[in-house]
Amino acid sequence: MAALQARRSGLIPCAFEDVDLETYIAKVGVLDGYRVRSDLSAYDCRNNRLAQLCLEQDGFVEATEAARKKYGAARIGVFLGTSTSGILQTELAYRHLDPQTGALPPDFHYAETQNSYSLAGFVLHYLGLTGPSFVVSSACSSSAKVFANAVRMMAAGVCDAAVVGGVDSLCLSTLYGFNSLGLVSRFPCRPYDAERDGISVGEGAGFVLLERVAAANASNPMLLLGVGESSDAYHMSTPHPEGLGAKLAMRRALGSAGLKPGDIDYINLHGTATKSNDASEGKAVADVFGNSVPCSSTKGWTGHLLGAAGITEAIIAMLAVEHGFIPGSVNTQQLDPAMAIDYRIERSDARVKRALSNSFGFGGSNCSLVLGRQA
Amino acid sequence: MKRLFVEGVGLLGPGLDGWSASRAVLAGKEAYLAAATNLHASDMLPAAERRRAGVPIKLALAVGQEAFMQSGCDMKMASTVFTSSGGDNDNVHAINGILATAPREVSPTRFHNSVHNAAAGYWCIAAESREPSTSLCAYDASFAAGLLESATQVSVEDAVVALIAYDHPYPQPLHAVRPIAAAFGMALILTPRQSEKSLAAIEVGFASGKVQESVMQDAGLEALRSGVPAARGLVLLQALASGKAAQVRIAYLEENHLDIRVTPC
Repeated sequence: MAALQARRSGLIPCAFEDVDLETYIAKVGVLDGYRVRSDLSAYDCRNNRLAQLCLEQDGFVEATEAARKKYGAARIGVFLGTSTSGILQTELAYRHLDPQTGALPPDFHYAETQNSYSLAGFVLHYLGLTGPSFVVSSACSSSAKVFANAVRMMAAGVCDAAVVGGVDSLCLSTLYGFNSLGLVSRFPCRPYDAERDGISVGEGAGFVLLERVAAANASNPMLLLGVGESSDAYHMSTPHPEGLGAKLAMRRALGSAGLKPGDIDYINLHGTATKSNDASEGKAVADVFGNSVPCSSTKGWTGHLLGAAGITEAIIAMLAVEHGFIPGSVNTQQLDPAMAIDYRIERSDARVKRALSNSFGFGGSNCSLVLGRQA
Repeated sequence: MKRLFVEGVGLLGPGLDGWSASRAVLAGKEAYLAAATNLHASDMLPAAERRRAGVPIKLALAVGQEAFMQSGCDMKMASTVFTSSGGDNDNVHAINGILATAPREVSPTRFHNSVHNAAAGYWCIAAESREPSTSLCAYDASFAAGLLESATQVSVEDAVVALIAYDHPYPQPLHAVRPIAAAFGMALILTPRQSEKSLAAIEVGFASGKVQESVMQDAGLEALRSGVPAARGLVLLQALASGKAAQVRIAYLEENHLDIRVTPC
């Protein structure tokens, strides 16, 4: 929150493992010397360390513990997003294969680190929950889509509350992979800038505890008002040029919230700062909302958190509602003149009752969330 | 949760070359003969994409297409749930090898095929579907997670959902730490309402506690079921193939399971 208000970006010149790329990253510095809880040591890897570090913030463990007492461990689901889970562990292990047999090092724990489910398995055990659980791995929309899973599970009566969120941590696959696609900027990423030239890869985590409205304790609770999901059906790594899938996701989110475009006070854009994402998303937002809803991408602060982008930006959208401000956009110097939307570079105070957050991923996977307070 | 209906089945595994070709085997009327999984690139994909398709994409598209062909549902209008313990395991192995040695040149195709939702992305392109699609993983419980998610989608969203589960072996050295017995895929078209094409009604219940799982009657098929996470769904196909009412139990996580009641239509 303080970093958002002070316009303090987390992006720094890339210094991670022995990566030799000229780019900027967002790195959680304390992870190197950090370990997961000793009874869960098989799960120890960068991604789960980041998960634990995040769980320990803001009284989240205590809030989950209270929910566990209220509903029972079996009635709380855990639905989390990640794109690469603990793959860094495997990348490093492949440098230390047995020279005779080619085998992985004996201390390599596949299920607890590399496997995509490792994250949710770790969190489930860490929090002592036994409800339904899985990982959604749909690239950069993963930790937005988990809200939809949780809502359905609760509506179907499978659980009474859910821990949703996502974690993605730095790894070589992502850095070299995005670099091969020519999508990594040499500068701190500049969302929606006329000169934008790619993403900055970041690592991050976020969790939210969801309960039914009737069960909420607060008098004016923060609500998940709507979710919209769609697919582009266009290309594996390039969004639909007219933003067809993005429009569908935003319209479905508004529809599920029973709201009109004018009811939204702030849009947290996916805004990765690649040429194609921002162009496509900008067109889609202009089509659905015109140019009267303040928008911005906050990836200039966080970098692209991939499987954790959805949850991080959902939390930023809720902060905008709670504290009444439009975060604006850091690093963006000159707004792309082709954007026919109300893109905000500067921070401003504003009454934000409802915010929409966009998350779009490879494979054409789109998700929009509407968060805020009841009218 | 509401009852849902199975309107199409897709199957591809070792010695299981399609649902229609395998029904008698699954019903115990013919002997199961193990043979290599008959993998082929789908004609649903344009030529360029077909060349880039790894094993999961071949499995997912083959079983999805077979299931839709039996149903009266339009693949363009169906939501999809993909579930897999791994993903493109050959590709993950190759990328790890490339990153362990200089120069670290991961090709763009390798990278975008490495996402867990690659099969979903190719499916949506091939089926021209803009409907919601999700890609799940729950390690050994991936099939149970996919079935539970699909059932809630049908029940809550009143949607037609295609559940597509697939897994295939890793090359060494990962195979040693995560052995997966064979390349296997299965698909179910699940609908909220009965039609003349419905095979059976199913009721999916999430329950606490460890239970004795349902097993395959044939030892070879049982080895397949227990050796491939996606093949945990074979017990459901065994029940569907028998044409009789059945109660099927599939383990989910350590402390819960799914109870599935199957009633033929």
